Amino acid sequence: MVDRNPWLNFFSHAVLVLGVAIVAFPLYLAFIASTHTADAIVQSPMPLLPGAHLWENYQAALFGSGKLGSNTNVMHMMWVSFWVAMIITVGKIAISLLSAFAIVYFRFPFKMFCFWAIFLTLMLPVEVRILPTYKVVAELGLLNSYAGLTLPLIASATATFLFRQFFLTVPDELVEAARIDGAGAMRFFKDILVPLSRTSIAALFVIQFIYGWNQYLWPLLMTTSEDMYPVVIGIKRMLAGGEAAVDWNIVMATAILAMLPPTLVVMLMQKWFVKGLVDTEK
Amino acid sequence: MEKRVLFRSKWLPWVLIAPQLLVIGIFFFWPAGQAVLQSFQMEDAFGMSTEWVGLDNFRNLFADPTYLNSFKRTAMFSVLVAGAGIAISLVLAIFADRIVRFAMVYKTLLIVPYAVAPVIAGVLWVFLFSPSIGVVTYYLGKLGYNWNHMMNDNQAMALIVMASVWKQISYNFLFFLAGLQSIPKALIEAASIDGASPWRRFWNIQLPLLSPTTFFLLVINIVYAFFDTFGIIDAATQGGPGQSTSILVYKVYQDGFKALDLGGSAAQSVILMLIVIVLTVVQFRYVEKKVQY
Repeated sequence: MVDRNPWLNFFSHAVLVLGVAIVAFPLYLAFIASTHTADAIVQSPMPLLPGAHLWENYQAALFGSGKLGSNTNVMHMMWVSFWVAMIITVGKIAISLLSAFAIVYFRFPFKMFCFWAIFLTLMLPVEVRILPTYKVVAELGLLNSYAGLTLPLIASATATFLFRQFFLTVPDELVEAARIDGAGAMRFFKDILVPLSRTSIAALFVIQFIYGWNQYLWPLLMTTSEDMYPVVIGIKRMLAGGEAAVDWNIVMATAILAMLPPTLVVMLMQKWFVKGLVDTEK
Repeated sequence: MEKRVLFRSKWLPWVLIAPQLLVIGIFFFWPAGQAVLQSFQMEDAFGMSTEWVGLDNFRNLFADPTYLNSFKRTAMFSVLVAGAGIAISLVLAIFADRIVRFAMVYKTLLIVPYAVAPVIAGVLWVFLFSPSIGVVTYYLGKLGYNWNHMMNDNQAMALIVMASVWKQISYNFLFFLAGLQSIPKALIEAASIDGASPWRRFWNIQLPLLSPTTFFLLVINIVYAFFDTFGIIDAATQGGPGQSTSILVYKVYQDGFKALDLGGSAAQSVILMLIVIVLTVVQFRYVEKKVQY
């Protein structure tokens, strides 16, 4: 630090505390709402300190069918979300590793064409091609399936580029050494390249897990059957009945539950998270 | 850039790249191609037959005041989200960069919104500002300000802007902080010895050196406001009241899935693709610039 102006330091902390307070307030209030009865929340103004109904609400959310009035509960929806996020994450990393390996370590016809085709997908996010993609998935009979929920999101130009950049920095001597030792291409990939890439893999894992867990538009179109709802969709469905009919305590308990896994991933893997964020945007 | 040492195989690279090519072929290029084709076609009222109509769908769109309004709203929305998000995060990052104690605590708390799904961000903010039960609404009422985003267009816009900025603060903050920390300490120290005040140092050294980061974030935030805020809008206002918060992405969804106007929705998709292409090109020009800088 250049100067030790105590007033400026105090002011810095004041600004940051205010900033954190504003950022955290919606989360705090969601938590407070999840500890009261539905009746206490519709009182105006609702209480700003925790109530005594935490376990009831979380139990009702996790295991009760609640306002969904159906054969699903948040426990099951979290399970769906988890698998969707995992399949997207692992799938993206796997196919990106393989295609970056092919592009960097082989010479084959149309290589540049394939490279640009992957690159162009950056310009076609789900949001701009929703209706035709929906049609393709419907025609393949993949509605309401894990395949339909994940496959259209699994291609990744950014991950492919990240691995390509990294592979290009791997010394050629390693390939020569592997060759002299009689290792084939796949052996080199499995025993040398993938272990060397583990930091990039960890960083991507954090970013993609959050991406997969938080998907909304695509599952909204894809899932008509309640047992395939990810939790993010479930919350929205709970609000469908209009303001008056909503059990806000259960909705907020569900929201907290839905935020928990990605928040934990970000906080516990902060180092990888920041690296992943910076790397994938390079 | 190429490797000197390559593996030799006629079929192996194809096997390796096949999964990626299959996925992008089936789920990216085929649908995108369909969207382009459909944007030049029109279906009759019963969906029995389609005919080629050239640029009619596009002409209709640009003759449609609701679409033009949606364009204007999207522009305003993205400028507000990018502007406010960047300004707030920059202030927080500047102060977070100064301090030593509790820096990790602030940082950890500020990155939480990144993990929150846009639709949940929308739900949280609706809960704060709900006309009947919202806490903020209640206290605003006490101050004599009547909040009802279900009736008031500007308040609805303000609500989705706040929720969108909130969700994006973490991202901007982390990039600004990284940018600030990569500025050589010697520069700041030299200025300090020459008697430059903290304000002066910020204004004449840090801010100019952050301009590449700021420009990058500007593009990213506009892309975010255009495309990733769908969940926030669907949870908070559903495009209403009227059409006042129906930005372009939301309108594609409404017209395609709710109104089943295939040709019109496809034409809108094509326009969105053009916008993404322009934004991506701008972003990559920036990357080239950064190399020189």
